[in-house]
Amino acid sequence: MPGQHIVDLHGVAVRRPGTLILREVSLQVAPGEVIGLFGANGSGKSTLLRVLATLERPSAGGGTVLGATLGTDAVESIRPRIALVAHEPALLANLSLEENLRLFAALGGRASGRVMPVLVEVGLGGAAGRRAAICSNGMRRRAEFARVALAEPDLLLLDEAHVGLDVAAGALIGRIVAAVTDRGGAVVLVSHERERVEGLIDRSATLIDGRLEVG
Amino acid sequence: MTIWRQIAILFRLQLRDEMRTGEVTAVVVPFGAIALLVIPMAVGIETTLLSRIGPGLFWAVVLLFGIVVTQRRTAAASPAHRDALSLLGVDPAARFAATALASAILLLGFEIATGLAMIVLYDPVVVGWGWLAMVLPLVALGLGMLGTVAGSVADGRGPLAPLLVAPLAIPILLGAAQASEGLRLGVGILRWVLVLALVDVVLALVGVLTARPLEGTSS
Repeated sequence: MPGQHIVDLHGVAVRRPGTLILREVSLQVAPGEVIGLFGANGSGKSTLLRVLATLERPSAGGGTVLGATLGTDAVESIRPRIALVAHEPALLANLSLEENLRLFAALGGRASGRVMPVLVEVGLGGAAGRRAAICSNGMRRRAEFARVALAEPDLLLLDEAHVGLDVAAGALIGRIVAAVTDRGGAVVLVSHERERVEGLIDRSATLIDGRLEVG
Repeated sequence: MTIWRQIAILFRLQLRDEMRTGEVTAVVVPFGAIALLVIPMAVGIETTLLSRIGPGLFWAVVLLFGIVVTQRRTAAASPAHRDALSLLGVDPAARFAATALASAILLLGFEIATGLAMIVLYDPVVVGWGWLAMVLPLVALGLGMLGTVAGSVADGRGPLAPLLVAPLAIPILLGAAQASEGLRLGVGILRWVLVLALVDVVLALVGVLTARPLEGTSS
């Protein structure tokens, strides 16, 4: 979608009982752009990612994500174009890594023939039959990236994606991010470790007590 | 993808999860049978009394352990799983239907297993066994849907779901108990079967219509 922002938020606020988590957040993300989102614990980073994923309704303000206006039914049609890798893995513990990806492929309308190639791509070809419950945190993270590769999203949201990963897996994030931006998609990457993601991002934004300061 | 295909995929997922964890078959069913075994020890071996109260106790056990079945740790129930399913475009109503159907199948298995235990232990008089083939699935479906809605309302808030299910299950328990009593006395139970069917229809409507608001992701 040339010329159109993938994310365009204006004055977004998110209120929970007794707390204002996000205040007057405005953010624009262009196609092909990678934004690094930083901030202290509890500053609202994960909540902002959920707003961008259309999973959290803003209490005030609004905007568009992939052209769909937040707060309308239109967001349901663009959700399959968004991938979120959150703190907690979305993998089902009692399924093998391959079964997990086959499930995501089936529900997402993706070809199941791509499941094994993406598992090999993230270095899990030999562990495809292993249940997610007995995989290490690093393996589960890699499997999450396989899920992203399978989904081919236009907006990728990574929440502390580097945590618990070795250097090789860190390079894998770079490839996943590049694959999204090469297709004209955008990436918002939350991290505490600015130095680990510095080479990946085009610009940064910092949340301080729910207010966003764009760098 | 159609909602029916989503239901089929998620339904199979739930049953596969149960086959691997054995949460219902290996834990809940034996405890249900033990509960039925303990009661005769309390009231004494008075065969006439046991034969009379057996079906009623059976339904009480089905309700109490049915709550455990519907509130089991289902596949794809954590917030992260729900978010992933939402981003895949899975309809919340499909999640409700798949979870309720899987719970109903497990509850039906529970009813059959503990029902056989009840027959052995209590020797109840039942005329018209064919009616049970309608009553058991209707009760299982009703409790499955009620438990699924209550689980969504409670959303992980400890004992809230059982507290919601127990009073709301009274029409189901009443219909089931009256149907059993009718079978014991050899009188028609069609009206109680219709009551159970009506309750199931109402619960299906409530479940489908509240699935999206209870999902809490309609931004």
